[in-house]
Amino acid sequence: MSVAVPRASTIPATAAPLMEVRGLAKAFGMVEVLKDIDLTIASGEVHAIIGENGAGKSTLMKLLAGHLQPTRGTLSIDGDPVAFAGPVDAEHRGIVLVHQEILLAPDLTVAQNIYLGRELRRGFTVDDRAMNEGAAAAVRSLGADIDPSVVVGRLSIAQRQLVQIARALLVPHRLVIFDEPTASLTPTETEALLAVIDTIRRKGVAVLYISHRLPEVKAIADRVTVLRDGRRVTSELADRLETADMARLMVGRDVSKLYPDHRAAAGDEAVLEVEGLDVPGYAKGATFRLKRGEILGFAGLIGAGRTELMEGLVGLRTAHGAVRLDGRPKRFSDVRDSMRAGIVYLSEDRKGKGLLLAESLRINLTLAALGRFVRGFLIDKGRERTALDGAIEEFDIRTRRKDLLAGQLSGGNQQKLLIAKMMLLDPSIIIIDEPTRGIDIGTKEQIYRFIASLAEAGKSVIVVSSEMPELIGICDRILVMREGRIVAEVSGEHMNENEIVVHATGATAEEAALVAERA
Amino acid sequence: MTDLAATGKPVRRSWKDVDLRAVAPFVALAVLLVFGTIVNPTFIGIDNLLNVATRSAFIAIIAVGATFVISAGGLDLSVGAMSAFVAGVMILFMNAAPLDGNLPMLAAAMLLAVGVGAACGLANGLITTVGRIEPFIVTLGTMGIFRALTIYLAEGGSIAMKSQELRATYRPVYFGDVFGVPVPIIVVAVVAIIGAFILYRTSFGRHVIAVGSNDDVARYSGIPVNRVRTVTYIIQGICVAIAVLVYVPRLGAATPTTGLLWELQAITAVVIGGTALRGGVGRIWGTVCGALILEVVGNIMVLSDLVSEYLIGAVQGAIIIIAMLVQRSLSRR
Repeated sequence: MSVAVPRASTIPATAAPLMEVRGLAKAFGMVEVLKDIDLTIASGEVHAIIGENGAGKSTLMKLLAGHLQPTRGTLSIDGDPVAFAGPVDAEHRGIVLVHQEILLAPDLTVAQNIYLGRELRRGFTVDDRAMNEGAAAAVRSLGADIDPSVVVGRLSIAQRQLVQIARALLVPHRLVIFDEPTASLTPTETEALLAVIDTIRRKGVAVLYISHRLPEVKAIADRVTVLRDGRRVTSELADRLETADMARLMVGRDVSKLYPDHRAAAGDEAVLEVEGLDVPGYAKGATFRLKRGEILGFAGLIGAGRTELMEGLVGLRTAHGAVRLDGRPKRFSDVRDSMRAGIVYLSEDRKGKGLLLAESLRINLTLAALGRFVRGFLIDKGRERTALDGAIEEFDIRTRRKDLLAGQLSGGNQQKLLIAKMMLLDPSIIIIDEPTRGIDIGTKEQIYRFIASLAEAGKSVIVVSSEMPELIGICDRILVMREGRIVAEVSGEHMNENEIVVHATGATAEEAALVAERA
Repeated sequence: MTDLAATGKPVRRSWKDVDLRAVAPFVALAVLLVFGTIVNPTFIGIDNLLNVATRSAFIAIIAVGATFVISAGGLDLSVGAMSAFVAGVMILFMNAAPLDGNLPMLAAAMLLAVGVGAACGLANGLITTVGRIEPFIVTLGTMGIFRALTIYLAEGGSIAMKSQELRATYRPVYFGDVFGVPVPIIVVAVVAIIGAFILYRTSFGRHVIAVGSNDDVARYSGIPVNRVRTVTYIIQGICVAIAVLVYVPRLGAATPTTGLLWELQAITAVVIGGTALRGGVGRIWGTVCGALILEVVGNIMVLSDLVSEYLIGAVQGAIIIIAMLVQRSLSRR
């Protein structure tokens, strides 16, 4: 699918802009998280908001969608000042927010979800036929084709997201806010979503687009506003900014060197050998070697079985096959076995499987290695606190207070905390799944440097990622998975997006070139 | 962009840092004590208060165990029926008189009771974890089983201690006191101290909270989730047995109504105490306070003419709902 990206060039110059923001500020207690924001949002325009985590993007979104009230400043629609009583009020004025998380009932059908809370009735009963037709039309208008009578639980993540967008767009809307919509999508799915956003723009609707992925922003946005530390750094036509400029503006310094220097190739000593590993239902016959000091990448589309293969390897899932560690055969029937053997797995699902969001940093940090903090029967809280101080220092975890809950940290700092937690186990093999998903560019750079330093210290790292540039940037070798099988190994000059996409999708080289160009 | 941690305000401890949800049950108890005194001055008398605390002992002990189960994200509805069953088995053992001497006999009976309680808890735990069945359903089932077994053992009637001699030896465990403090209160204190120690200070306790907070995170952190859950049910079973040890000398019998609705009172005490029913938060001292609140409310109703004492159940039911509403509003602040 190809996306034409024509700029909306004819914006009526005379009328007041759809939304005008002047001197907007928001404080939580003593901390002002947003300061003096000016913003002009025009109809028929995609306006991207970019910034590092903690720059104030989500707060700004919540202010614009009525979830929060500003401390200072004004919002006006069509030139008239407004104050939203709440999200419903904002929606009545045509402002809808498409949440980052999928908020759908998995057991209801597509149509039932789209019309949830605003069911069409005929007399006393709900009018299923009308809703199915309406839902089908709503989905079709986004350029997709999903059977409205299918239960949402059976859809892919990308399809669910479309349903969520269709649901949001069912009310009359003039401004649609997308909060990091592509965070969990594959390049192809992202492509399709950008096409949907383009469709919305062409209808004369304003789109506010928040994303970490700068190439996407470059591809879809007409205008880009950069936030840093709660302030607006700039608002510029997208044409005038290259992605490197955007990154520099977000971080406030030059980040052309996002990836650390490539080190000399790893030795030839295999620390981990996997032979014919099957994870029933997900991966089949996986065979690979991991060398000491090596960074090995696993590329592939979401659903290719990479995560499940790793979970099978460390004993989090049932798996069959031969695993040799330093030449000795091993069986990990439980994740504790692999941890004891020096292998740790950092889940892609940081919030769901990595950290206890409602618990303190200290409790999260020591959870996996708690045995090291026990003296007699008792947990030595003093030693735990010392460990937390050390981790904050070593991994540059940025936190206002040490007694915050893990859920109160930004995504990047949560990832650092998760890394610190697993490093307490003193592993020799580290498997990191989607190490930088939903993380700002400054923190990404830190995490890449950290992974490189692990390899330099003689540890071996497996990186599973859907972001091809990062795999290419940090890995010595990349294995590509498709439909549960390892289909290719690329290294050296063959480590480029084109070749990886060919292997990951099974597409022809020509089609792949087209996709890679835009990703 | 240097160090955000350094620019943050220094941490200041003030009353604002106090977790209101942890304090709320104690405030409620204090308010009730004042209210009770106003309604009827005999309420605040030391004899009455010790009496109230003694009567709350069974529920308090069982509820300490329930705090573990609930903190780990489980639920045990079988504790009332389990109490009757353990009591029944214990009395039948003593009636069979297999040992000479009252004290060795009593000690053996107590050990047996604790063993039976632990075994009942183990059954609940294994069916829940290995069978992967909702704890609500599992313990609803075992509740029926324990209750029916008791009635079967009692052949439809009650099981009473036959030996008057043994009764006399056993009597002080409920009716006795140490330096004026009734034995049941001491037992509650000891159970709560050990419970708090395990839950707050040991790695097992930390694992309980982690499992209840998010069992996926616990599993990915290498915590043996099923084992932790199962052990919480065993702890619950042992707590039930300890409650039974204090209960049996009171009446010297197990009847079909022994332990009736204790599960609801125990869960109520846990929830009033500030433990989250969804797991992840456990407050042992709050639980003990919750058990006291239930008994104090009943006592105030008996001592006053405000509400008919037939409505005690209704008032206790209202309390659990109010406690939840208060917790909800405090967590939104």
